[in-house]
Amino acid sequence: MSHHIIDFNELYYTYPDGKPAVNGVSCRIRHGESVGIVGANGAGKSTLLMLLVGILLPTKGEIRVSEIPVTKKTLPVIRQRIGLAFQNPDDQLFMTTVYDDVAFGPRNYRLTEPEVEKRVMRALETVGIEHLKDRAPYKLSGGEKRAAAIAAVLSMDPDILVIDEPTAALDPKSRRRLLNLLKGFTHTKLIATHDLDLVLEICDRTIVIKEGRIASDNSPLKTLADAALMEQCGLEIPLTLQNCPVCGSPPRR
Amino acid sequence: MSNITDSIYKMRFLDETADKRTPVHDLHPLSKLLVTIAYVTVVVSYGKYDVSKLLPLVFYPVVILFSAEIPLLPLLKRTLAVMPLVIGIGVFNPVFDRETIAVIFGLPISGGWISFISLLLKCVLTVLSALLLVATTGMERISFALRMLFVPRIFVMQLMLTYRFISVLLEEAANIWNSYTLRAPRQKGISHQVWGPLLGQMLMRTYDRAQRVYQAMVLRGFNGEYNTGSAKQLLLKDFLYLASWVAFFAAARHYNIPLFIGSILTGVGK
Repeated sequence: MSHHIIDFNELYYTYPDGKPAVNGVSCRIRHGESVGIVGANGAGKSTLLMLLVGILLPTKGEIRVSEIPVTKKTLPVIRQRIGLAFQNPDDQLFMTTVYDDVAFGPRNYRLTEPEVEKRVMRALETVGIEHLKDRAPYKLSGGEKRAAAIAAVLSMDPDILVIDEPTAALDPKSRRRLLNLLKGFTHTKLIATHDLDLVLEICDRTIVIKEGRIASDNSPLKTLADAALMEQCGLEIPLTLQNCPVCGSPPRR
Repeated sequence: MSNITDSIYKMRFLDETADKRTPVHDLHPLSKLLVTIAYVTVVVSYGKYDVSKLLPLVFYPVVILFSAEIPLLPLLKRTLAVMPLVIGIGVFNPVFDRETIAVIFGLPISGGWISFISLLLKCVLTVLSALLLVATTGMERISFALRMLFVPRIFVMQLMLTYRFISVLLEEAANIWNSYTLRAPRQKGISHQVWGPLLGQMLMRTYDRAQRVYQAMVLRGFNGEYNTGSAKQLLLKDFLYLASWVAFFAAARHYNIPLFIGSILTGVGK
């Protein structure tokens, strides 16, 4: 695996209706880092991810992925390197079977059918849903859909994984399974989420976004334990860092 | 009300039957598509009074239904869905065309009735054959076959995406319907006052949703070509399937088979 660096340089984006969503974001994501992007609703997290994969193009500034600028021309290369799993897996799963859905990406890259099969099976095994391969995606449970959506991204063999709200609407067990799965990935990871405990557990860096700007960029423990910062940015100290609700004793870390 | 939610599940019926494994399902999509085109062409080519000549063609859907193990009722229901349209077109035939052209059991039958029946029969047969094609092949593989026939990419895409968009539209409609009825428990149906905003909402929502689905496709390398991975080779059995059905349709078109069988039987009777 070559080295993958994502550079956001003075990035601005304003929606067509005039609402500014990203207001001068600059940062560098290094190879193998696992970065949690947190912030209140409407802070600009999802917009940032959309900009990264070129669904939206910046009004000002630029993004570089391994030194390649994200422009209309470079999109096919960029999108092969970055796998984005959507917030709502229903938007992502549109084929009639899980297998076909996971195969959709590799087939678009014109791989031979045996190679497609290899990739699909590997992706399904990684997320542990190979037994669901012939099922229709709309009949799966929330956790299974999420796993299928991630498999669909993994089958493209991306270097960088970008996941929007991975644990939204998952039950505790499915959430735990997903967390363990994400922990096992060696990819460079960008995770936009409100699940601060997830960030604490699997990320080694946290970027807090507030009104389209970076309010803090630090280690998760330092960032998320900062009560004033959390309050300011519409967040809250994660449950695992809060005192015990029964005896009031501080968390053990 | 679960009607819309129900229909979403029912809509997938064709997709699900298309994934079965039977000898008919295993045939190359191109040969099935060509057989269907030939069938539809032959069915609509008959004159308006040719009911009896049409009868042998019932054989084709019956054979496919049984050999592909497709449940008859759900398919018939879908066929009936287009009947009101055809009845609307043909209902005046018996009124305008009153000339008696046949007498059955002493009952004079006017040309209008015959042409009306032939119209209904043609409608059932053509729609049924099209549905059977989808149920044994699946939309993805049909579009693959259409591309093999050099149908322009843009038309095939349009067809595919429209087919997929129906379920998106239905899901959004179901969500809107459910949230409306939950907050208007004593109403029957939807008040006409909110028809406008509701329809507008639905359009915007489905548009947004379709946009997101499209983005998800583009992110995975979609560039306008729908790759289904079914790059199957045409085999001898596919050619045989095509040839034998086309031969049957040609025979049915050329000879009046019911008359022929009838004359043999009466010949034997003598």
